[in-house]
Amino acid sequence: MSVSLEEIAQRREHGPLRHMVRSQPFWVTVALVLICVVMSQVSEVFFTEDNFFNVTRNFAFIGIIAMGMTAVIITGGIDLSVGSIVGLSGIVVGMVLHAGHSLGAGIAAGLLTALACGLVNGILIAYVRLSSFIVTLGMFGIARSLAQVLSENHMIYEFGPDEKLFFALGGGTIYGFANPFILLVALIVVFMIVFRYTTWGRWVFALGGNENAARLTGVPVNRMKLSVYMLSALMAGISAVLLVGWQGAAINAMGTGYELRVIASSVIGGADLMGGAGGAYGAFIGAALIEVIRNSLLLAGVDANWEGTFVGLFIVFAVLLSKFRGMRSG
Amino acid sequence: MRLFELRGISKNFGAIQALTEVDLKIDAGEVLGLMGDNGAGKSTLIKIMAGNFLPSGGEIWLKGAKVEFHNPVDARRKGIEVVYQDLALCDNLTAAENVFLGREAKRRIGPFSFIDYATMFREAARHFAELKSETRPRDLVKQMSGGQRQAVAIARTRLSNPDIVLMDEPTAAISVRQVAEVLDLIRRLRDQNVAVILISHRMPDVFAVCDHVSVMRRGKVVADKPIRQTSPEEVTGLITGAIEFA
Ligand SMILES: Nc1ncnc2c1ncn2[C@@H]1O[C@H](COP(=O)(O)OP(=O)(O)OP(=O)(O)O)[C@@H](O)[C@H]1O
Ligand SMILES: [Mg+2]
Repeated sequence: MSVSLEEIAQRREHGPLRHMVRSQPFWVTVALVLICVVMSQVSEVFFTEDNFFNVTRNFAFIGIIAMGMTAVIITGGIDLSVGSIVGLSGIVVGMVLHAGHSLGAGIAAGLLTALACGLVNGILIAYVRLSSFIVTLGMFGIARSLAQVLSENHMIYEFGPDEKLFFALGGGTIYGFANPFILLVALIVVFMIVFRYTTWGRWVFALGGNENAARLTGVPVNRMKLSVYMLSALMAGISAVLLVGWQGAAINAMGTGYELRVIASSVIGGADLMGGAGGAYGAFIGAALIEVIRNSLLLAGVDANWEGTFVGLFIVFAVLLSKFRGMRSG
Repeated sequence: MRLFELRGISKNFGAIQALTEVDLKIDAGEVLGLMGDNGAGKSTLIKIMAGNFLPSGGEIWLKGAKVEFHNPVDARRKGIEVVYQDLALCDNLTAAENVFLGREAKRRIGPFSFIDYATMFREAARHFAELKSETRPRDLVKQMSGGQRQAVAIARTRLSNPDIVLMDEPTAAISVRQVAEVLDLIRRLRDQNVAVILISHRMPDVFAVCDHVSVMRRGKVVADKPIRQTSPEEVTGLITGAIEFA
C-alpha cells in the first residue's frame, strides 16, 4: 500500500477552518462583534469600562448555569428547574449565614440544596424513566415554592459574621473583572476540556447521539443521566451563592425567568435540543449575546420589557438556523 | 470441552413467546449460520448471548462453566463481541470514537485521565485497513455510506481478542464488493480460532463461509446441520416451513 496508516489516521473531510466557519458559535461571535461595533457608534456609554464590567458580570450568572444546561441538552434532555433552584439555594445560603454560621457552612448548605434537587430530578429521569421536561417542570414549581415557604416571604439582608467575605465573593473583582465572570471563564476552559477529553464528556455526546447504542456498548447510561442533572443543579447553586453575595440580599424570587435565558444561551450557542450537539464556548457566547442585546436596548432607550421578546425570538431563530444547517448536511 | 452452548433457552416478552427451548452449540474456529424468517427470534437470541436480555429460562455454558450475563459489558469481558443489526452507532461521533465507545483509549496526566485521540485514530485506521475499508477515523459517522458504517461496527469487535463474535446481518445494506470483504473477514476470524455466529438472510453468504447452519422458525430451532449435508433448497424449505424438521 502506498499510503501509510498515519496518513489515513490524519485524513479528514474538511479542514479546521471550514469546520469553524460551519459552526454556530462562530456566527454568533460574528454577530456579537457586529453589535458591539454598531453600539460603539450609537452610544458613548457602551464601550466604557463600567458598562463592560456590568455586562460581563450580568451574563456570568447565566453563563455559569448554561455550562450545566448545555451538558443536559447534549444528552437530549432539558432542565427547566434551574431558575427555581437558584431561588431556593439563595434563600438557604442566606438563612444559614443569617443564623450566624460560617461562610463555608453557608456555601455548603446552598450547594447541597441544589444537589439534592438535581438528585431528585436525575433519579426520576434516569431510573424511573420519566421525561425530563415533566420532572424538571415539577421541580420548577417545587423549588420555588420551598424558597417561599422557607423565607416566609421575607428578604434576608444580614449575613452574620462572614458577611464581608460573602459580599466580596460575589461582588468583588480580580484584575478589574467581576468574580463571577472570572469563574465563568475558568469554567469554560474546564468544560471545554471535559467535553472533549474525558470519557464522561464523550459519553454525554454519545447519549445524545444514540442512547441505545451507548447502552449496548457499555456506557453507564443511567448514571450518566443522573450526573448531568446533578451538575446542572450544582451550577445553579454556585450561581445563586455568587448572586446573593453580589446583590447583598436574598429574596425568594431570585432566578425567576433564568431558565429561559439559560436555555436560550445554550441553544443560541449551538446546543441541539434533539441532543448530540453543543459546547461550552457556545453557551458562553450565547449568554454574552443575550446580555449585550439587553444592554443595547437599554442604552438605546428601549423599554426593558422588550427583553423577553428578543430572547424568545433568538431561541426560535437559533433553532431555525440549526434546522436549515441540518437539512443541508443530511 | 465445548466453547459455547445454549441449553433450552426460552424468552418471552409479556405474552409474546420469542424463543422456545433453543439449543445451540459452537466450537472455536467454527462459523455457524443462523437463518430464519423475519421475527423468527434470531436477534433476540443474539441479544441473550450478548447480555442485553436475561433469558426467561435455560442455561448458557461457556468453556465448561455455566454463566449469566447481566449486561453487555459482562459478556464482552468473557470474550463475546457483537455486531448489532442496527449497528449501534452514534451519528454525531467520529468513526474512531464509535469504535472505542465505552472503552476509550486514555492517557493519565497527574490525577486525571484524558482521552488519547492519537491512539484512537491510529488504532481505528489500522483496523479499517485490515478490513480493507476506506473509512477515515476522523469522519463523522453521520456522513458515512452503509459499508463504512458496517466497517465501524465490525472494527469494534477487533479491539479485544474475543473467543466469539456474533454478527446480526452484517451483510445487509452493503455493496457486493463489501460483502466479499466482510465474508473474508469472517474467514480470517475463523483462521484465528474465533467462533463466529452469522445471522443472514442471504443464502449465498451462509453457504460461502459457514461450517454449520441452524434454522429457526417461530422461536424454535428446527434444524442444525453441517453445511455439506444440506442445500439452499432444503434451508429455504426449513425457513418457510415447507419442510417441518431436519
Ligand atoms: N424488546 C422486545 N419487546 C417485545 N417483543 C420483542 C422484543 N424484541 C423482539 N420482540 C419480538 O420477538 C420476536 C422475535 O424478534 P427478533 O427481532 O428476534 O426476530 P429476528 O429473527 O431477528 O427478525 P429479523 O429477521 O426481522 O431481524 C418478534 O415477534 C418480535 O416482535
Ligand atoms: Mg433481527
